[in-house]
Amino acid sequence: MKVHEYQAKEILRRYGVPTPTGRVTDSPEEARQIAKDLGGRAVVKAQIHAGGRGKGGGVKLAKSPDEAFEAAKAIIGMQLVTHQTGPEGRKVKKVLVEAAADIAQELYLGITLDRAIGKPVLMASKFGGMEIEEVAHRDPTAILKEPFDAIAGLQPFQARKVAYALGLTGETHKKAVPFLLALAKAYVETDCSLAEINPLMITGSGDVVALDAKMNFDDNALFRHLDIKEYRDLDEEDPLEVEASKFNLNYIKLDGNVGCMVNGAGLAMSTMDIIQYAGGSPANFLDVGGGANEEQVRNAMRIILSDPNVKGVLINIFGGIMRCDIIASGVVKAVKEIGCTIPVVVRLEGTNVEEGKAILRDSGLAVIPADGMKDAAEKIIAAVAKGGN
Amino acid sequence: MASWLSTETKVVVQGLTGREGKFHALAGRDYGTQVVAGVTPGKGGSNVEGILVFNTVHEAVAETGANASLLFVPPPAAADGIMEAADAGVALIIAITEGIPVNDMIRVKAFLADRPNVRLVGPNCPGVIRPSAKVKLGIMPARIHRPGKVGIVSRSGTLTYEAVGQTTALGLGQSTCIGIGGDPVNGTNFIDCLQMFKDDPETEAIIMIGEIGGSAEEEAAAWIQANLKKPVASFIAGRTAPPGRRMGHAGAIISGGKGTATEKVAALRAAGVLVADSPALIGETLLKAIKG
Repeated sequence: MKVHEYQAKEILRRYGVPTPTGRVTDSPEEARQIAKDLGGRAVVKAQIHAGGRGKGGGVKLAKSPDEAFEAAKAIIGMQLVTHQTGPEGRKVKKVLVEAAADIAQELYLGITLDRAIGKPVLMASKFGGMEIEEVAHRDPTAILKEPFDAIAGLQPFQARKVAYALGLTGETHKKAVPFLLALAKAYVETDCSLAEINPLMITGSGDVVALDAKMNFDDNALFRHLDIKEYRDLDEEDPLEVEASKFNLNYIKLDGNVGCMVNGAGLAMSTMDIIQYAGGSPANFLDVGGGANEEQVRNAMRIILSDPNVKGVLINIFGGIMRCDIIASGVVKAVKEIGCTIPVVVRLEGTNVEEGKAILRDSGLAVIPADGMKDAAEKIIAAVAKGGN
Repeated sequence: MASWLSTETKVVVQGLTGREGKFHALAGRDYGTQVVAGVTPGKGGSNVEGILVFNTVHEAVAETGANASLLFVPPPAAADGIMEAADAGVALIIAITEGIPVNDMIRVKAFLADRPNVRLVGPNCPGVIRPSAKVKLGIMPARIHRPGKVGIVSRSGTLTYEAVGQTTALGLGQSTCIGIGGDPVNGTNFIDCLQMFKDDPETEAIIMIGEIGGSAEEEAAAWIQANLKKPVASFIAGRTAPPGRRMGHAGAIISGGKGTATEKVAALRAAGVLVADSPALIGETLLKAIKG
């Protein structure tokens, strides 16, 4: 799960990570007041779940409370387009108004899981403000990696080492060490999958401050962080994905025209792949899971069909635990209910396959049966092409 | 060393009294597996269709001689369940549970580091099956399997069934099939399985099914090139997956431009592995690999 910058900073402050002073608001009037409280000069930052906000015009420096008002007025309600939002952009609902900082140096810090060793790794670089992928691409040696033990936590000697490697000395080095320890503690204790401070600011007076903050959380651990779960912003997610999550369906919208419903994540990915291999383009990833019931299948079908780009649907089920007859009756109900007019190809294999096929055959619906994945993909692509004529 | 399963395998099912635990314990027993005990704290003394339930894994092991565990414990308590089984001396732990927090698995791995004789498979996996011994520790449909010569290892459940179905249709059958699971931190990796297949006299050819995310396939490719003479065919799922999105499995994510299918396919091909372009061609690709 992702959270907004202002939420990440709230969490980090609880762990003692210094951030600029500021408040979040959805009103330009209040933005003016916040800037006034901060002494006049302020930075107004759009709050959306995407990077690159500055380039898209979502971050503005205000030299006075009135300028903060104007900046907030321009940003709140705008459709902010960045390289991470896609061309349609994201509507900005809130801005974070923070004290304008005296930036002497910008660095990079990030913590994520190193899967190869099964431990968190602290990454640091002198190139703050740039995307870490870009830094890695240009010069992999510019990124320092310090893996640490998640149970023992990041140790002071490791923090000292990283701070020295960043070129920090004297008082600034002394401030960087507790910053790093606090960040690592926050990462482990809140079950983050990513905690990124980019840029990490060194101020003119040598303070160490999180100028920006990004935190992603392990969805599987949210059950023990109900406060963080509250931070979920449904407006930042695709409406169809939100709808699917209500029924415990794993759905990700893509931009093709062949909808697919599959059981199992690996098979669902492969179904997308085989659609493309056969010359088509998948409209979504959808894993109905191992033990879906008729209700889930019906809703899965409804969600796939509510994407206007979808011109055909491929249902690919290899039933192990999942029974083919349950899939078949869910599909029949959904199609009858919605009045589906586009071609539907069904490939059923596994438990109760004959019963499933019989339900489809006897339904009177124009569902196209297929044998095997290849046959299914070719049939749906042919049917979509024909429908397009 | 041969397959991790044999006719000597005696299974304790952790979470036997739950819906899934019961269903798959009985399906395993029907297949021929010795399901000797169940564990559900607080339900010790009861029984599920003749399978005795104990409060602790230690008791179950002491009373029945169980040497393998099949775990269906819900995510918040699953890591605890794995550690309990390891502490009780269970040598093979198959964790089916999906949705265990990454930090819990990191803790499990540290706990297991002191117990080198314990093998954990999973979590978030379909389990392990050996058709020739009629032993099934998992949730895979038994009837699609046939005793035979192909070892299959995969990060995905239903995609494994696809490969099983194809090798059965081609008359090759399977020696041992292992689902290592779709989580980013797991107990058994591809190389562990490839090593076992290398030493297993029953296994004459290997199918390895990977997916996007991480670098386990690349590491396996290097190992295959250096160590393995048996023919290997592979398939990598997720060529069309968009970056930055978790494709169902917690581990199936392309992040920072890393973990793409293209990189994995290239690494495997460079190691001499035949990689199927389509999931429908896994069996045929293996036939080509066998013929050399």
